[in-house]
Amino acid sequence: MQIKQISVFLENREGRLADVCELLGENNINIRALTIAETEAFGVLRTVVDKPNEAVRLITQKGFTANLTDVVAIEVDDRPGGLAAVLRSFVDADINVEYMYGFIEKSADKALMVFRFDDPKKAIELLKSHDFVVVSNSDIQSL
Amino acid sequence: MIWNPDIECMSRDELSQLQGKRLRELAVYVYENNRIYKDRFDQIGIKPQDINSIEDITSLPFTTKMDMRDSYPFGLFSKPVKEISEIHVSSGTTGNPTVVGYTKEDVQLWSTVMARSLCCAGAEPGDILQVAYGYGLFTGGLGLHYGGLEMGLVVIPASSGNTRRQIKLMQDFKPRILACTPSYALYITEEMKSMGLDPRQSEWEIGLFGAEPWSDSMRNEIEESLGILATDIYGLSEIIGPGVCQECHLKNGLHMYSDVFYPEIIDPDTGKPVAPGEDGELVITTLTKRGIPLLRYRTRDIVSINYDACQCGRTSPRISKIKGRTDDMIIIRGINVFPSQIEDVLLSIDGTHPHYQLVIERSEHGLDTVEIQVEVEPEIFSDEIKKLRAFEQKVKAHIDSVLSIGSKVRLVEPGTVARSEGKAKRVIDKRNLN
Repeated sequence: MQIKQISVFLENREGRLADVCELLGENNINIRALTIAETEAFGVLRTVVDKPNEAVRLITQKGFTANLTDVVAIEVDDRPGGLAAVLRSFVDADINVEYMYGFIEKSADKALMVFRFDDPKKAIELLKSHDFVVVSNSDIQSL
Repeated sequence: MIWNPDIECMSRDELSQLQGKRLRELAVYVYENNRIYKDRFDQIGIKPQDINSIEDITSLPFTTKMDMRDSYPFGLFSKPVKEISEIHVSSGTTGNPTVVGYTKEDVQLWSTVMARSLCCAGAEPGDILQVAYGYGLFTGGLGLHYGGLEMGLVVIPASSGNTRRQIKLMQDFKPRILACTPSYALYITEEMKSMGLDPRQSEWEIGLFGAEPWSDSMRNEIEESLGILATDIYGLSEIIGPGVCQECHLKNGLHMYSDVFYPEIIDPDTGKPVAPGEDGELVITTLTKRGIPLLRYRTRDIVSINYDACQCGRTSPRISKIKGRTDDMIIIRGINVFPSQIEDVLLSIDGTHPHYQLVIERSEHGLDTVEIQVEVEPEIFSDEIKKLRAFEQKVKAHIDSVLSIGSKVRLVEPGTVARSEGKAKRVIDKRNLN
């Protein structure tokens, strides 16, 4: 139910993001989703790739601090109000979203969103009880 | 004017006689009144009666910062606590702070040497003195205060901070003398400019700037921007606080009151004296103190000494500006900081032992800034910004409370802190102090 996100600590310095992306590219690892949260001095790169374990190993070998984080990728109807409906059900169940971002690809009339919950277990129970389509690690690789 | 001309202009022979007599009395006094010193005398097999001249000082034991810490709080006192009238505590070292107790006579001594210092800088009775050193456990504020009262100045106990109020005090009362850290003097200058005032038009004519090292280029900057004579004052709380020595208007070395604070300059490795003019560690014996007199206290400050009489008429030896330290202590805004303190703070947070470094800079308006760069190891790292921010805040709060200086914490990537021969360089000081 959960997929692996790689989170990387980056200083706000020229070229650090390019360094990570080049490393992934050189090793034939494909980025599926990506976002950066930044402060004045540093940022955290959050990315979903097709080969997370290999990617995190390469990135840490290069001297970056990185880890794997469990996130949930959910299909959201690509229509006005699609995301709002999903979020509303989380609100009603008292589930807090830490952050979220979108996938680069989308399948047909669905958008793919990555969610980071403070309580993933509770979130997954909710997702199961609704008819949300949750994307698995193998789905990510075949995207 | 010279506050104690009979002493400050004494011939070297007379001075040496006086120092010898006082040293002998001191040896007897600490032997009879302090257990730690008595044991040391007995260990090395000397009796106070063996001390007959100032030259005999080399047979006495050294006292170190470590001794002061190990004997916390009252171990090095030579008076029972109830006979002490004032206590100061300095932070700035790991473990126990340094405690200094003053008897009434010691407070009088402090007043006297500070009166000498103020006169040395050019103060005249009736002048108004604005004391913008901090009042409290830090000795700067009260030291200047006592000296001002002693020599008949009008003292404004402004304490530090609240810069606009300092400027208003200056405008309204027209004090001739300003006493604060040199970096604060520059900060005041900037503040005046930002208020649309011309700092050169300030009322201050003389400054006693100390509690932190500063370079001649910084002196020039202060003198030009404030239109002031900027003099250097040196002291340390273990000895008395400010008032150990002071520059006269000729600004050619700091006059040391060697009739009460006897200086030796030694090779820090061998403990042997170095020749006049050579750099070495300043060692001070408090010849006349009663509360916590110290024998041959190792200041860890590197200076040279000049015994020639000064053109100002004073014959007291002059020490150079502080040229460095024998340890890794750094002084930031007048506060003593050891890198090991930072290490302890980081270790106390989540038990992490990250690589870190201090970057110290002096901003253009003269205030030192300290940035603590902490490498983000996996144990610290989180994918959530709020957790990284919380860690930053926690480090900052801990460090600020231990060091009592406002620091900035910056999280950096691993490998930022340069490692040489396996030992990281912990302090990057960009201030050009020498």
